[in-house]
Amino acid sequence: MTTTTRRLLRGLGLLCAAVLGTAACGGPDSADESLEGVSASDVRAALEKGGSITVWGWEPTLKQVVAGFEKKYPKVDVELVNAGSGNDHYTALQNAISAGSGVPDVAQVEYFALGQFALTRGVHDLSPLGADELEGTFAPGPWNAVRAFDGVHALPMDSGPMVLYYNKDVFDEHGIEVPTTWDEYVDAARALHKADPDVYITNDTGEPGLATSLIWQAGGRPYKTDGTEVAVDFSDEGSRAYAETWQRLLDEDLLAPVTSWSDEWYRGLADGTIATLPAGAWMPANFESGVPKASGSWRVAPLPQWQEGASDSAENGGSGLALPKAAENEELAYAFARYATTGDGVRARIEAGAFPATTADLESEEFLRAEFEYFGGQRANEIFAESSANVSEGWTYLPYQVYANSVFNDTVGKAYVSDTSLAEGLEDWRRSSVEYGREQGFTVVE
Amino acid sequence: MSAPLPTPAPTPSTSRPASGGRDRSAARPRAPRRRHSADRPRRSVTLTVLTGLVLLYSLVPLVWLAISATKTQEGLFDSSGLWFDEDFALWENIARTLSYDDGVFVRWLLNTVLYVVLGAGGATFLAVLGGYGLAKFDFPGRRAVFAVVIGAVAVPGTALAVPTFLMFSELGLTNTPWAVIVPSLISPFGLYLMWVFTTEAVPAELLEAARIDGAGEALTFFRVALPLLGPGIVTVSLFTMVATWNNYFLPLIMIKDPDWYPLTLGLDAWNAQASAAGGEAVFDLVITGSLLTIVPLIAAFLLLQRHWRTGLAAGSVKE
Repeated sequence: MTTTTRRLLRGLGLLCAAVLGTAACGGPDSADESLEGVSASDVRAALEKGGSITVWGWEPTLKQVVAGFEKKYPKVDVELVNAGSGNDHYTALQNAISAGSGVPDVAQVEYFALGQFALTRGVHDLSPLGADELEGTFAPGPWNAVRAFDGVHALPMDSGPMVLYYNKDVFDEHGIEVPTTWDEYVDAARALHKADPDVYITNDTGEPGLATSLIWQAGGRPYKTDGTEVAVDFSDEGSRAYAETWQRLLDEDLLAPVTSWSDEWYRGLADGTIATLPAGAWMPANFESGVPKASGSWRVAPLPQWQEGASDSAENGGSGLALPKAAENEELAYAFARYATTGDGVRARIEAGAFPATTADLESEEFLRAEFEYFGGQRANEIFAESSANVSEGWTYLPYQVYANSVFNDTVGKAYVSDTSLAEGLEDWRRSSVEYGREQGFTVVE
Repeated sequence: MSAPLPTPAPTPSTSRPASGGRDRSAARPRAPRRRHSADRPRRSVTLTVLTGLVLLYSLVPLVWLAISATKTQEGLFDSSGLWFDEDFALWENIARTLSYDDGVFVRWLLNTVLYVVLGAGGATFLAVLGGYGLAKFDFPGRRAVFAVVIGAVAVPGTALAVPTFLMFSELGLTNTPWAVIVPSLISPFGLYLMWVFTTEAVPAELLEAARIDGAGEALTFFRVALPLLGPGIVTVSLFTMVATWNNYFLPLIMIKDPDWYPLTLGLDAWNAQASAAGGEAVFDLVITGSLLTIVPLIAAFLLLQRHWRTGLAAGSVKE
């Protein structure tokens, strides 16, 4: 199927969500229900009594977690459903919550999308069950992400502290140093492309996740959320630094016009035409399954810095487990979420190649010493963990970031295909986000 | 198709009996220099080239698919799309496709078969019944029915999907096989086709004779009319089968549980795995799965081809 049709279908799916949300189903009554009154002993009793829960998630290691959980609590039956990943998943989840039926007991929700469900009270605040005491259990990046909307609306499952993956063979071949600042990154981009016109420093056709993460790292804080008050502003120094640097890469055609996650992208990562990739620590699993041919060529380096000598980082992706309100088995659902995020499930996930969000694991010797065969025996976790510790604070996404990201390509995306500058694109994006916020009833502070 | 159809109907004009004054060409003295006939069609380079291009256009994706299904994931990225890689991994790919994720592909295949048998089978049955009724019984409102059916042919299923979803949601039927089967039961085009076909294929005199002999309406339909409708039924069932087999949008919005996915959704889900953080890219399985998915359709077409041609041309010539 072509991209256009798929986009059209997705659009229709969203339309369906919108139709459902406003007209058809009137919203569930469960919005007032809270976990107040459910205690830890209730959770234990529920585990002994048994029952069945449904978990929606696409994270591949959840399979091992479910298997382990069912083994530990034989009376509990867990059905793991992959209802699509990314936007499909959120559309389905929002539909189910609005319709009040077919709601999963546990749902995987990425940090950027959590606000939508937290503010509309689609998911439980887990504080009454003791989730607010888990501070320190999780790395600061993911922990702040789940606490961004008054309460703890999910338990952090994985995190994506950013690093720079680079193809060492390509850099060695052309005798180019691995960049440590973004200025050096632009220089390296020029040098690589000049040495071999087929080689690009990285690919980018306009990806909201990458743009927001780089702005985050640069110290930009374009979004402010306080209850139903939001503000969007891309004029701070961090956002400008990002726009200015990325504009140089765009102006000189130094970015491969390849969309991330396409087969072309996997091919580029394999044949060396895409030389680096700034991305989260979840990438190794994708490298191993999608780019087996380049095993041994790639390495991990700290993310280039906006100021020389700094060590700032940001999160890119990562998700937690949330408990939708309309579901019935809160106790079992919470038990499962705890098992997957703080219990034995974490070990199972690490063994299967996932990157954890728990401090204890991020600091454990065994974890840090693990050698990645794919990265030529490099102890990549040391770099990931360092990045995780250096994630700069104070970032929030919009409570409707899923929508905002969906219009990124219509606004900022223009900078990639026309004479529009990145700064103009960001301004356009700001306007769309503000407008949508108003339509949704948010108070938008200019 | 580049080869001329071996249609039995048109016979060379020489041997055709002059049927009254209707066929005026037969009455005219035959031109002696006329070299082309249905048996010896005129050859045209332009037409042959054009047909060839269309043939190429339709076959290249199929060839690409068949060739790509023989490659490993690495081979897919390394080698030219239209030629084989050194490794011939087709059998291994098929084995992995069928066993990946606890053999979920087989489950999707069975689901699709279920939807096709109940959905397309039911649609055909209803179309035959309805078409027969409309063609052979005169009742008030027949023209209105005709208008509605023709109108319904023009409305794409995609446009109805969202309202259908809301309706099924109210009924509590979403996320069940019924949500796919029930909407598939309606095929306005099939009904129209059966209507036209029945008008031509079942002579009213025959039905009258059956009634005079004392056969009830049901008996007349099943024993007298149905055997005459064979080619039409095959045509309609092929149409509805293809439509149900390839249905993507309806199951997409109706079904969330992967255990009830048809192949189309399952393949899409596998394809989407490559774009999830931590997901496993299985392009090789997506391609092999796609090949396996179209094989039954190709087989059905080849097997039913003869009936299908007769059916499609039915009613196009007034005898």
